[in-house]
Amino acid sequence: MLTSRITKSRMSGVEDLSTGSDSDYSSSWISWFLSSKGNEYFCEVEEDFILDRFNLTGLNNEVANYSQALDLITDQLDDDIQDELRGSLDVQARLLYGLIHARWIVTARGLQKMLEKYKRADFGRCPRVLCQQQPLLPVGLTDIPYEKSVKLYCGRCEDLYSPKSSRHGSIDGAYFGTTFPHLLFLVYPTLIPPKSGPSDIAGSSRDATGDGRNRRRARDEQEIAEGGGENISTATVALKADRYRPKIYGFQVHEIAKLQRWQEAVRDRQISRLELLESEATRN
Amino acid sequence: MAPKSSQSVPIDPPRAGQQEEQEAELAAVEGDEPMEEGDEQEEGYRHEYFCEVSEDFIEDDFNLTGLNTMVPFWKEAMEMVLDVEPEDEDASKIPDVSIVESSAEMLYGLVHQRYILTRAGLQAMAEKYENGVFGSCPRVYCVTCNVVPCGRSDMPGVDTVKLFCPNCNDIYVPPSSRFQGVDGAFFGTTFAHLFFQTYRELAPAPFWKAPSTGESPLSPRNVTGSGSNRSSPFTNPNPYGGQKRANGYVYVPRIYGFKVSERAKSGPRMQWLRLRPESPEELDMVDSRGRWIDEDDEYDSEDEEEEEDRQMEDFDPDTVDGEEDDEEEEEEEEEAGVQGQPSHRHGRRHNNFPVKDPTPSSPASSAAPRTPQDRGSPPPFNLSYYQGFAGFGSLGAKDGKVTAVRQNLSSAQTELWSRATITEV
Ligand SMILES: [Zn+2]
Ligand SMILES: [Zn+2]
Repeated sequence: MLTSRITKSRMSGVEDLSTGSDSDYSSSWISWFLSSKGNEYFCEVEEDFILDRFNLTGLNNEVANYSQALDLITDQLDDDIQDELRGSLDVQARLLYGLIHARWIVTARGLQKMLEKYKRADFGRCPRVLCQQQPLLPVGLTDIPYEKSVKLYCGRCEDLYSPKSSRHGSIDGAYFGTTFPHLLFLVYPTLIPPKSGPSDIAGSSRDATGDGRNRRRARDEQEIAEGGGENISTATVALKADRYRPKIYGFQVHEIAKLQRWQEAVRDRQISRLELLESEATRN
Repeated sequence: MAPKSSQSVPIDPPRAGQQEEQEAELAAVEGDEPMEEGDEQEEGYRHEYFCEVSEDFIEDDFNLTGLNTMVPFWKEAMEMVLDVEPEDEDASKIPDVSIVESSAEMLYGLVHQRYILTRAGLQAMAEKYENGVFGSCPRVYCVTCNVVPCGRSDMPGVDTVKLFCPNCNDIYVPPSSRFQGVDGAFFGTTFAHLFFQTYRELAPAPFWKAPSTGESPLSPRNVTGSGSNRSSPFTNPNPYGGQKRANGYVYVPRIYGFKVSERAKSGPRMQWLRLRPESPEELDMVDSRGRWIDEDDEYDSEDEEEEEDRQMEDFDPDTVDGEEDDEEEEEEEEEAGVQGQPSHRHGRRHNNFPVKDPTPSSPASSAAPRTPQDRGSPPPFNLSYYQGFAGFGSLGAKDGKVTAVRQNLSSAQTELWSRATITEV
C-alpha cells in the first residue's frame, strides 16, 4: 500500500537530514524517516495503525498542522503546498510520528517490531562491564513530549543509561514512552536476560555459527508464539548477578565493602520474600 | 493551542570530555561496528587518560623495579620514552621502530601505573578528573558524576581500561572504541580507589536521603532539586568515608504509570545494586557476614500489605469499566494538569502542561533525570484507553501468533494490575 503511493515530492529543506541517496525519492516518508541518520531507534509503524484514527486520539491537540502532518507521513500531501509550510511541516511530522510510535510499540505488533531491533542490538549495548554487552532498549522518563530525552534500559542490571551519541541523546523520550521495555519483558518473560554469563542475543555471539543462530531464532519465535515462561522462576536470579568490588592493593575498601554488604542483605531479604510468595502460591 | 514546533527537547549536557567522541560516533550506529580508526588525531586522544609521568620518577631505578623483565627492548624503549639519542649506533641490533614504539608504550604505561599511586601522580590525575577528562558515568541516576580510569588487572595484556564511577561503585566500558586498545594495567586496580580515599571530598557517601521527606530513593519525582533546599553542608560521620552527597535515586520500572510489582516474573530484581540506606546507622544493621542484626525490626511484611492496600484504594472502578468518550477523558486530564497533578503516567498528554527545563541543563544543577511521580496515588486507570492505545481489538490481527500474544498480554496485564503494589525495599 505504502509503496504504491509514491511520495509526490520529498520535502524541500529536509534533504540535509536524509541520507541523500536517490532511492529515498521513490520510497515513503516513513521509510525515508527510518533510514535517516539518528533515527535508528525507531521502528516502522504499520500503515493500518496510523490510518485507524482511533489510535491517534488526542494527537491533534499535540501537533500543529496536524492533518497536513498526517498527510505527509502517509504520503498523501498535496503537491501544491507552499514551500514555507513544508519546512515547518517536517518538524510537525516528526513529532506526530514519534507520538504515534510511542503508542505503536506497546501494541502486540509493535512489540514484535522492536523485538527484532533489540535482537540486532540496534539500541546499543549496556556500558556496564559486568553486563557483558547486554543489548539495551529505549525508554522515556516521561510520556510527555519536550521534557526528557530518550534513555536506554538494560534488562540485566535493570538500570538506565544515556545514549553514547548526541544524535541519539537528543531524541525525545516521549517517542518511546515509560512503559515499552517493561511491557516487553512482561509479555515475553523468557526474554528476560540472565543475570550472568555472556548475553544471549545476537552480536555478542557474532562468531556463532549460522546454525546456532537459526536454532535460537526458532526457539525464540516458538516462545513468543506461546507467550511462554509460565513456569520460570525469577525469585533468586539476583544471586547470579556479578558485581564489582573495589580494592586497594588487593584489600577491599572498608566503606564500600560495608555498603555492598548492606545492599546484598537487601537483596537477600527480597529473595526470601519472593520465595515465600512462591511457596504460598504452590500451596494454594 | 500553543504551537510546539519551536520547542526542543532538553538535551542532557554532553558528558564532559566526550564531545570529540560523540562527533566520531555519528559515523557509526552506536554500539555496533567499531569505529574506523587510524586517523592521526585518534592517536592523541587514545592517550588522553594518561597523565605526564615526571622524568625524575622514570629515571629513579627504584621505581622501575621488576619492569625490565616485562618490557622487550628495555634500553631502546627507555631511550625513546626519555627522548634521548640512542647510545648504541649498531643499527643491526635496533629492531623495527614500531616494535620499539610498542615497547616504549608498555614501559610508559607500567611506570604510569606506579606513578599515579604517588602523591604527585594522584595530584596530576585529580586535575584531569576535575576537568572532566575521563568523562562521566553513563548511568542516568549518577547524574554525570565524573569517572576515573581503572584496570581490572595489574598485569598487562589481560584487559583494556575501564572507567570507575564512585557514585554507583561500578565499572563501565569507555564510550569510545579508541580506548579499546589501551591496556587497563597502565592504570591498575588500585588507583581508582586510592584516588577517592585520598580525595574524600570527591567521593559520594554510602548513604543518601531523598530531598523532600516522604519520598523514597526509588525513582525521583524530580531530581532537579537534588542540590537545592539543602543549604546545610553535607557531612559523613565517618571521617574516612566519602564526603560528598551522593546521587541516590534508583530507577523504578513502570507500566502505564504503575510500578511493576516485584511479584511479576519481570519485576525488579536488581534495585539493591544501586540502593543506599538513608542514614549511616543503617549500614551497621548488617553484620560482617552480611546478615541483618535484627531481622524482625527491619523487615515487617505487614507494612507491605498496608502499602498495597493503600494503593489499591486509589483504583477507580468506574474508570476501569467505563468506556468514556475521549473528549470527556481529555477534559478530565486537563483539569488534572491545571492542578499540577501530572497525568502523563497515562501516556496521555494535555495542551497546557508547562514545559519544564527548556534549556539544556548544566551538570551541576539539573542534568538530573526525572521519572514520573513516585509515591502517592496512581492515576485512574482507563481500560478503554489501553485498548485503543495498545491496539487490542483495533489492530485486527488475524494471525494466530498475534492473537496468542494478545491473550497472554491481557492476562499478564490483569495479573499486573490486580497486584499493583508499591515495591518497598
Ligand atoms: Zn546493564
Ligand atoms: Zn555511576
